[in-house]
Amino acid sequence: MLTIKNLHASIEGTPILRGINLEVKAGEVHAIMGPNGSGKSTLASVLAGREEYEVTAGEVSFKGKDLLDLSPEDRAREGVFLAFQYPVEIPGVSSTNFLRTAVNQVREYRGEEALDAVKFLTLMKEKMKLVEMDQKLLSRALNEGFSGGEKKRNEIFQMAMLAPTLSILDETDSGLDIDALRIVSNGVNQLKSKDNATIVVTHYQRLLDYIVPDFVHVLYNGQIVKSGTKELALELEEKGYDWIKEEVDSKATV
Amino acid sequence: MSTLIKQDILVELLANAGTGFEQVRATGKEAFQAQGFPTNKSEEYKFTAITKKIEQSIQNFAAAGAFEVTAAQVKEHVFEGYAGDVLVFANGHFQPELSSTVDGVEISPLSDKANTALGSIAKPEKDPFCALNQSSFDGGIFISVPKKAQIQKPILFLNFFQANAGQVIQPRVWIEAGDFAEVTFINHSVNFSDASYFVNKVVEVKGGVNTQIRYYKLQNEGKNAIEVSNIETDIQKDGRFTSVNVSLSGEMVRNNLSLNILGSNSEGNMYGLYLLNGKTHVDNHTNVDHTVAHAESNELYKGILADSSRGVFNGKIFVRQDAQKTNAFQQNNNILLSEDAVVNTKPQLEIWADDVKCSHGCTTGQLDEEALFYLQARGIAKDQAKGLLLYAFAGEVLEHITDESFREYCIAKVQERLGSNF
Ligand SMILES: Nc1ncnc2c1ncn2[C@@H]1O[C@H](COP(=O)(O)OP(=O)(O)OP(=O)(O)O)[C@@H](O)[C@H]1O
Ligand SMILES: [Mg+2]
Repeated sequence: MLTIKNLHASIEGTPILRGINLEVKAGEVHAIMGPNGSGKSTLASVLAGREEYEVTAGEVSFKGKDLLDLSPEDRAREGVFLAFQYPVEIPGVSSTNFLRTAVNQVREYRGEEALDAVKFLTLMKEKMKLVEMDQKLLSRALNEGFSGGEKKRNEIFQMAMLAPTLSILDETDSGLDIDALRIVSNGVNQLKSKDNATIVVTHYQRLLDYIVPDFVHVLYNGQIVKSGTKELALELEEKGYDWIKEEVDSKATV
Repeated sequence: MSTLIKQDILVELLANAGTGFEQVRATGKEAFQAQGFPTNKSEEYKFTAITKKIEQSIQNFAAAGAFEVTAAQVKEHVFEGYAGDVLVFANGHFQPELSSTVDGVEISPLSDKANTALGSIAKPEKDPFCALNQSSFDGGIFISVPKKAQIQKPILFLNFFQANAGQVIQPRVWIEAGDFAEVTFINHSVNFSDASYFVNKVVEVKGGVNTQIRYYKLQNEGKNAIEVSNIETDIQKDGRFTSVNVSLSGEMVRNNLSLNILGSNSEGNMYGLYLLNGKTHVDNHTNVDHTVAHAESNELYKGILADSSRGVFNGKIFVRQDAQKTNAFQQNNNILLSEDAVVNTKPQLEIWADDVKCSHGCTTGQLDEEALFYLQARGIAKDQAKGLLLYAFAGEVLEHITDESFREYCIAKVQERLGSNF
């Protein structure tokens, strides 16, 4: 579904991603871990099409298409969804209005009929239940004044509404209390199918107890320096990143 | 020194002006001659080179008289669903046969009644254009809302303009409301010409004790038109005056809005939105004068500027020594959509009382790129995402319009603009 080959990206001339290789197949869950500043959010943003990042080398194909060639909105319409590490507050834009515009533009792109007000509301109610989203939140402006946890929950709610094929969750677990974590993970798991895939960026093993990954990758200095199965996450939890850093750095000096 | 010869202009304009009001006009003339057109040294017109613009565009200074407006045209330009009364003007001249009569309100062309009133609120010595209008106004209306009259339906001034290049239109409006009266005015213009004509309008609003007056204005001038508008009101005890001004087009527009707070427990509100593109230049100068204690003023002006348009905001707040416990708030926010667009914004607070709450703030920035990306990342096309964000910004001003059909009309106009030009 997603193939990343030798991806290099920089921001304002500073290289951040230095040769990422990753293959994600339908039905899989990949976890990306790594120390602060290693480039996890950068990778997520580059995949979603953030213009500030310049791709200096490499290629990304998504469902056979050149992903880097598409505008951010077309990537979303093709089925890429990024749950932001820091969802943006947008005063004055109503959550419902926003979602309806988004859902219908995505549907239009996919050749589906636009949802009328009633059908949209039905869909919304159904998905709200999934992540136990409070109706009151949706009557407010988009993310405005939402708590950290509410914002994260809203991201997953949006994901449920848009039914993506590839979801990239950037630290969606950070800031969630244990109940919210369970609810959000539940939501993600219910949306999982053999046709879609999930990339979870996280610092914590506890999320991976709920959303069990098929693969775990460690990103360090803009590269995936280690990949393994879910046991790798346990090992990282126990030993931290130093041993990986040492491994990488000693290799580099040889 | 301006090359405009003041005398000549006045001769032309005075020759065209109607008869009557000798004393009023003489005072206006004197005040205009004392001030002259603002030069580039004039502090009040520093960012708005209006004299130069007038020199370039207005050659002969002939007054544009009334012209025929049809009932069909009136019908066409009243907004959908509007249920209020309509007063029709052709180049500033009142057209009673096309206008509704308003139950309980006296409406008449300017007559002797206005003789002692005109110039008593908008004083000619305060602004040269106000003085010019007073010297040679041509057309206008006198409106008197009696004591305790609650006029539930709004009154729409529907102004049709059809002028040739260089012509001048100088309407004069007097509105007075008795104690405890309530009334809403909507001012809307329709242009039949792209010529560079000059509208110089003065509106005086005399409030009474506990009056509620709303004055909404949609400026959608011809793209080559020059407009100066002076609106001034006296707010008495327990009174409330709310202005909402929406500017969408014109070559150069200057709005002077002045609120004189003369009674306690009163409130003055000024809201404005300017959406500018091309080379449009809009200058909003507002002035609220707190002369007594325990009153409140609120001001919010917002601008979105594209292309090489230019916006000027100058908000004066005076709080006199006696005006203790004043609450005065002012905010001006701008979004620039192009590198060539410019905004000059200047709050001007003069506070002589010590126990007051005043706040002001101004921001000028670009569209929030992070918010834009967030919307795009959800599948919303870039242009539409921009429109959503800009509308979210602008909508805050339009919320203050109470009449639904006019609000909806403004929203549609604004959205049309945000979806196409920006
Ligand atoms: N605008 C910028 N200019 C320069 N450097 C930047 C800019 N934005 C991000 N960076 C740098 O890029 C690097 C990678 O940042 P990124 O946000 O991708 O890290 P991360 O792995 O997601 O970290 P975290 O775990 O803290 O979320 C960091 O060193 C960061 O400081
Ligand atoms: Mg990050």
